[in-house]
Amino acid sequence: MHVIVKLFAQYRESRFKAEQREYDIGTTAQTVIDTLELESVSPLGVLMVNGRHVAPSYILQEGDEIALFPKVGGG
Amino acid sequence: MADLIYRVNMAELSFKIEEVPSKWMGLGGRGLTSTIVAEEVDPECHPLGPNNKLVFAPGLLSGTSASNSGRNSAGAKSPLTGGIKESNVGGTSAGIFSKLGIKALIIEGLPKGENTFYQLHVTKNNVEFIPVPELVGKDNYAVLDAMMAKYDKKVAVMSIGRIGEMRMNIANISVKDPSGKLRSHGRGGLGAVMGSKKIKCITVDAADYKEVTIADPEKFKEASKIFTKALQENPISGQGLPAFGTNVLVNILNEAGGLPTRNFRAGNWEHAENICGETMAENIKARGGKTTHGCHAGCVIQCSQVYNDKEGKYLTSGFEYETIWALGAHLGIQDLDLIAKMDGLMDDLGVDSIETSVVLGLAVDAGILAYGDGAKAYELLSHDIPTGTPIGRILGAGTHILGKTFGLVRVPTVKGQGIPAYEPRAVKGQGITYATTPMGADHTAGYAVATNILNSGGHVDPLKKEGQVELARNLQIATAAVDSTGMCIFVAFAALDDAKCLPALVDMINARFGCALTIDDVVNLGKTILKREHEFNIKAGLNSADDRLPEFMKYETLPPHNVVWDFTGEEIDEFWNF
Repeated sequence: MHVIVKLFAQYRESRFKAEQREYDIGTTAQTVIDTLELESVSPLGVLMVNGRHVAPSYILQEGDEIALFPKVGGG
Repeated sequence: MADLIYRVNMAELSFKIEEVPSKWMGLGGRGLTSTIVAEEVDPECHPLGPNNKLVFAPGLLSGTSASNSGRNSAGAKSPLTGGIKESNVGGTSAGIFSKLGIKALIIEGLPKGENTFYQLHVTKNNVEFIPVPELVGKDNYAVLDAMMAKYDKKVAVMSIGRIGEMRMNIANISVKDPSGKLRSHGRGGLGAVMGSKKIKCITVDAADYKEVTIADPEKFKEASKIFTKALQENPISGQGLPAFGTNVLVNILNEAGGLPTRNFRAGNWEHAENICGETMAENIKARGGKTTHGCHAGCVIQCSQVYNDKEGKYLTSGFEYETIWALGAHLGIQDLDLIAKMDGLMDDLGVDSIETSVVLGLAVDAGILAYGDGAKAYELLSHDIPTGTPIGRILGAGTHILGKTFGLVRVPTVKGQGIPAYEPRAVKGQGITYATTPMGADHTAGYAVATNILNSGGHVDPLKKEGQVELARNLQIATAAVDSTGMCIFVAFAALDDAKCLPALVDMINARFGCALTIDDVVNLGKTILKREHEFNIKAGLNSADDRLPEFMKYETLPPHNVVWDFTGEEIDEFWNF
């Protein structure tokens, strides 16, 4: 299935900003995080799918947009 | 020697130095400015008249070696909101006040001569009143240059530009930072209050100061080490903020559907990538600016930056998300360099970069300029507002008054103050803070974005009502306390997620003053301050009907989540039950 993966802040370095990627049906958000080795850069801060916060156990669906941010803040 | 109160009377051009009353002993920063304003200022007074007072107070830990303790508070009755105001700033003033032993500077009255502006020069045991006709009509950097030529380079300078002289509601009080640039007591029109008192600048002499005394230096050192480590090890204050600044929030709010766009008509913007923190960091690296920069000595977070143009020439520093949002998604400017140029200009002019940018965005609805017309926005900012043309005066009065003048309904304000950067319908905890804080719409007063969006201090679903009132209440109480310590509010990220951080902060206060406060005492201090401010507002005529968001947010559905503001008045008023 097709999923759009969007990376932000430190996660972009040596990776990409946004890409359409192929995953097997039943793939979880955690698998995407693991495959991209994101947490070797910085712990996961925010995970959203289609603009909603979800848990890493979320099972991706065809056409989902997953957004991954390290721990960042401001104000 | 014990700290003292310096009290200045502008009607008499005189000053007194007073002992600190025992009831003010345990207070600093916002706790002290709000207490003095609540005790001494008639809530019904005109904010620009003789009975308002302008109060400055460094935080309890300012002037010590504690990391991030260099915030100075300014307080008064606000001409923008008609309620109590506290606005705190980095820069060099807090540390120098503390080292001179000044617990608070209270400025009363108005001078009799209409046309003379003064410099107040504050030194140990003295305040000089120096007429400065040569500085009238000048903006902040010209004032800074004049003061730097006159005094030791370390002198603290607090000043207003032309817009403050004209007493416009968007005027701020600007403060010199350690690199000779400017920081701002931004919100609430405090620059207009300073202008009404005919004070062009306040200088605080650092040439002859003493270090602050610490009751228990060993204990202080130990607690300070733990505190600093907590800030450095926290991924937000230790990595995220230094790398991308606060502007990293553009993409997160955009993803979450909480980036107010086209004057709060949508929650995301198709051009967000042009102005986001990641783009900003790339530009800084390519152009030789600085991604890390502290607004005050002792800052270990370094969220500020130096942003240059394509030729490597300085455009601005302290380039914040809220300003970039307002000139970007709200007003439509897609060119980050132009936004930076306007930010740098707002420093020099001495205006609140949030209120000014929010009002310029609303000016699109008023038909004054087109969405995204950066050239016209620059002209309004650089010409109309600082020269006081009729349209410049209306813009300079702030978002609420522009809305009234042009008969607009969709006016994003609470208590007359422009709503910043976080869409209340899609970040509902932040909406509760905007509605209830005594300051008017102020994101820093109780930053529920942390828990709604950033997963800091847990997670409360931003689109649901459940838990938001309690979240906003707890954050506002904690913030009122932190704002009294002189600490930067960004220590809250470590405090929310690291159990060692807050006890270390309380230990530092205890070691500084030789007292034995508990965390509960500090929380109670926060509650007391908040209630004191609320009580002032009620006496000033602001009641629960003012604790409300703009009505259009109740009936206009916000894409992409198609949400409305759905709290009842009774649900919002629950906030004050503590």
